[in-house]
Amino acid sequence: MRAIGYVAVNVFKESVRDKVLYNLVAFAVLLMSASYLIGELTAGQDVKIIKDLGLASISVFGLLIAIFIGIGLVWKEVEKRSIYTLLAKPMRRQEFLLGKYLGLVLTLVINVAVMTAAYYAVLAYMQAISPPNLRASWPVPATDPALLKAIALVMLELMLVTAIALLFSTFSSPFLSAMLTTAVWVIGHFNQDLRDYGSTISSPLAAAIARGVYYVIPNFSAFDVKLQVVHAQTVPFGYIGLTTVYGLTYIALVLLTAVIVFSKRDFK
Amino acid sequence: MKIHPAAWAALVVLFAAVIGLQMLQAAQPPLATPEGVATNLLYVRSPQVLRRATLSFHALLADIYWIRAVQHYGGTKLSKAPNKQYDVLYPLLDLTSSLDPYFDVVYKFGSVFLAEPYPAGAGRPDEAIALLQKGLRTTPDKWELAQGIGFVYYWWLADYQNAAMWFNRAADAPKAPNWLRPLAAVTLAEGGNRASSRMLWTEISRNADADWLRDQASFRLKQLDALDGIDFIQRIVDQYRARTGAPPTSWDDMMRLGLLRGVPPDPTGVPFRLEPATGKVTLDPSSSLNPLPSAERPL
Repeated sequence: MRAIGYVAVNVFKESVRDKVLYNLVAFAVLLMSASYLIGELTAGQDVKIIKDLGLASISVFGLLIAIFIGIGLVWKEVEKRSIYTLLAKPMRRQEFLLGKYLGLVLTLVINVAVMTAAYYAVLAYMQAISPPNLRASWPVPATDPALLKAIALVMLELMLVTAIALLFSTFSSPFLSAMLTTAVWVIGHFNQDLRDYGSTISSPLAAAIARGVYYVIPNFSAFDVKLQVVHAQTVPFGYIGLTTVYGLTYIALVLLTAVIVFSKRDFK
Repeated sequence: MKIHPAAWAALVVLFAAVIGLQMLQAAQPPLATPEGVATNLLYVRSPQVLRRATLSFHALLADIYWIRAVQHYGGTKLSKAPNKQYDVLYPLLDLTSSLDPYFDVVYKFGSVFLAEPYPAGAGRPDEAIALLQKGLRTTPDKWELAQGIGFVYYWWLADYQNAAMWFNRAADAPKAPNWLRPLAAVTLAEGGNRASSRMLWTEISRNADADWLRDQASFRLKQLDALDGIDFIQRIVDQYRARTGAPPTSWDDMMRLGLLRGVPPDPTGVPFRLEPATGKVTLDPSSSLNPLPSAERPL
């Protein structure tokens, strides 16, 4: 356990050294400038648009970090040959791998937390400057706590993307890992179509294959409740609970696969 | 590594050059668009394709399409072009509402953009109704959308039967305000008269969640006040005619008889106009309330 902690903290320090946290500045500038500029263009819909933009930006910034850092987590150690030194220490391969994973998750949690704080600050500012009659027309206040539900599920999605990137990183080059992780993420958003594929084709075999793929590929669209929270639609805690259990189970599956693949690799 | 001062100087010079060249380019007259080339382009017209292509970011894309729709409407409305083209307004609103079906404002404001007569709007009340009906399919309990359809029938199509039906449907919604049922009754009984129009615009003014819609309602209410004012003064002119056997040639004639205390202004403060030959009272051409509703453009 201690070894996992050391590796995780080092991954976080490395991401700080690599200036990953600079994206927070980009996020803050994007939101603040958008909140200033967008008012004249949207016929009174600036708060709704800032809510959408903030949630989408948290998701995109997080996704870029998860993919582009995740794919290099193991590969970099192999490429620099530091993996030999690391594995010579009293540390098991699974500890090394889990440490890498948790380190990047820690980076993501801190990123998402800071972005969320900036997001709420901008929304609070917009709420404060909006005239009372406009505020009265909103279904919920601009700083609606329900937005956190969407952010929590975005975080879970990022954790799953990180696990997938780490898995590919254990046996593939960074370029291929990035391609594969992105492909899985994109296909995961088309899951609903895979499920409905059977109703549009006549071949039962093809329909069965599509349905099989539907169950195997991670269902990323399940983590997306951004539209619902922005429109103050109810997202039941039961749904969040089930999606969280699904996400964590899938992460465990991917990490276990990564551990097995990594354990089989020959570094001699 | 130390950077040579000349490099910094070159950087500043190049930066200034880029800005200067851009300013020069901006000062050039725009290149003419070849005949037949569409300027309002929609690369993707299928809402289904767009929804799939945007993965989990369709709400953000809906915002972008909404901004495009507002820009397209506002830009076309304000343009000095002789033949204004609102040709992509409905497709833009349709795409926006497909990407984010709960985006209420798209239905509420979009229907106003579409229904307003050409050239101030697209002049397509049919498309306005189609857009509002699309919204009702997503949120059947939104009384504002049913009321919006009733409004289009009432104001732009002068179809009071359908207007009353939609006002009644709006009144059936769970959170509908209690003024909708009387509005439906008044519309059915006396559709097109000033009392029902006043009621409609007063409620729109009270419930509007955008300043421009509230301003529009306030403008329409002022027009109704102007019509009431014209009727009132016309009755006084008729009294003058009954007493003297001829119409007044000016407001002074009526003041001398003690029928008026001063020149009567319309609700914006511009004096009403008296036609000397006929004694007809109208708005002054300079009044911002022109054109008033008429037989061709009913209430």
